[in-house]
Amino acid sequence: MAVAATVGTPREALENGVTSVDIRSKSFGGVPVLGRVRFDIAPGERVALVGPSGIGKSTVLRIVTGIDTRFEGHVDRPEAMAIVFQEPTLLPWRSTIDNLLLTHPGLARDDALAALDRVGLSGKDGFFPGQLSLGQQRRLSLARAFAGKPDLLIMDEPFVSLDPEMAEQMIALTETLIAETKPATLFVTHAHAEAERLADRVLVLGGHPATLG
Amino acid sequence: MIDKPAVTSALSILGLFALWVVAATLSAFPQILPQPWALLEPFQREIANGKLPYHLGATLLRVIWAFCLAMAFGVALGLAMGRSERLNRWLDPWLVIFLNLPALVLIVLCYLWIGLNETAAIVAVTLNKIPNVATFIREGARALSPDLDAMAQVYRMSWMARLRHVTLPQLAPYIAGAARAGVAVIWKIVLVVEFLGRSSGIGFQIHLYFQLFDVRMVLVYSLSFIVVMLAVEWLLLQPWERRVRRWRTA
Ligand SMILES: Nc1ncnc2c1ncn2[C@@H]1O[C@H](COP(=O)(O)OP(=O)(O)OP(=O)(O)O)[C@@H](O)[C@H]1O
Ligand SMILES: [Mg+2]
Repeated sequence: MAVAATVGTPREALENGVTSVDIRSKSFGGVPVLGRVRFDIAPGERVALVGPSGIGKSTVLRIVTGIDTRFEGHVDRPEAMAIVFQEPTLLPWRSTIDNLLLTHPGLARDDALAALDRVGLSGKDGFFPGQLSLGQQRRLSLARAFAGKPDLLIMDEPFVSLDPEMAEQMIALTETLIAETKPATLFVTHAHAEAERLADRVLVLGGHPATLG
Repeated sequence: MIDKPAVTSALSILGLFALWVVAATLSAFPQILPQPWALLEPFQREIANGKLPYHLGATLLRVIWAFCLAMAFGVALGLAMGRSERLNRWLDPWLVIFLNLPALVLIVLCYLWIGLNETAAIVAVTLNKIPNVATFIREGARALSPDLDAMAQVYRMSWMARLRHVTLPQLAPYIAGAARAGVAVIWKIVLVVEFLGRSSGIGFQIHLYFQLFDVRMVLVYSLSFIVVMLAVEWLLLQPWERRVRRWRTA
């Protein structure tokens, strides 16, 4: 069995703060998309997931976060998670600060303001997302992800389709925020440079049904 | 600055009024079509003796009850059907049947089965409206963003917070649409319900004066109610709709 060496059972592993993913298979309408996909992420570890388009990277992320529960296998994940999508995925009908407070009910208002300040959105707390530029919306989505001090951060191609300058700005900001909060990070990317720069370890998904090569 | 659409609306209503005056002048029988000002005296009398406020109040109360019940059940049903394809397949035929059932049939059956009482009247109106509201809301529920759903789930937003801040704001345009269409239909059905089996309300008064062939009084009661319903539309529903749309235009 192609299982990476782990200490103890998955349940104990999570108690050590390790995210443990063991997908045996995943199909869409009878068509197998994923085969055995087994990996762990240690606390604070940064893991990149790469592979060709349509191979199943987003599907793995959806399973890891618990959005998709219809699969064979088992995932142990921490409670405090955060997600950054390709699109900002904000609540357009709630103000900038409410976008932070509603997703993190325990967050104090001052901390939310500080989180906005941290991504260069000070003074914009009363704005609706539609009043922000796209770059500002993406930064708000980063602020939201880090505001809850997540143990596990999931990002699905967060820097794709940005112009080089903006991508660089976002990557640098993400790097800083990860260094400050130190969540375990699992992210999907197409760009190898990005994977090298942000990740401690790169997982490559390939084949049909897809497995870790 | 002159508000062009408002001016047009005012002129249009004035035109209707003028048409009425002309028609009433041409008609030789004031008991068939009285002049508008001939309604003023009976209108004042009905207000002074308290009958108009009493019957208007009774009708409004029924409208409010039926509206709230139909919206609550319709939103819940539409949301459930929009989110679960399985449930939708089961309940869709019911919806189609109820949508095509004439209002009159439901009203008569409710009176026959429940009795000639207030409950039957409100149930009849509510049942008439639920399928429309549900159809509206189901459309909205189908258009809900899966990404926002996923986001809310990952950030472990509570059930209530999701409903309030994620789901209902997305449904707001559909709810507003259903509410406006709802009020318009409900108050018309309430009049029929009163006409057929109640001893209070505008519909009951219209029935009474219909039997007495008193066109003036029929007009007094109908027009008073139309004015009240237009006021509800302009002073309540439209401002509320603007408020929930504020984030779009900000
Ligand atoms: N809801 C779904 N229903 C049916 N098939 C799906 C569904 N979601 C994904 N798939 C299929 O599963 C496969 C993997 O999709 P996935 O989105 O995980 O790919 P990906 O690796 O993220 O690709 P990309 O890099 O283009 O984002 C694709 O062939 C896709 O068509
Ligand atoms: Mg993808």
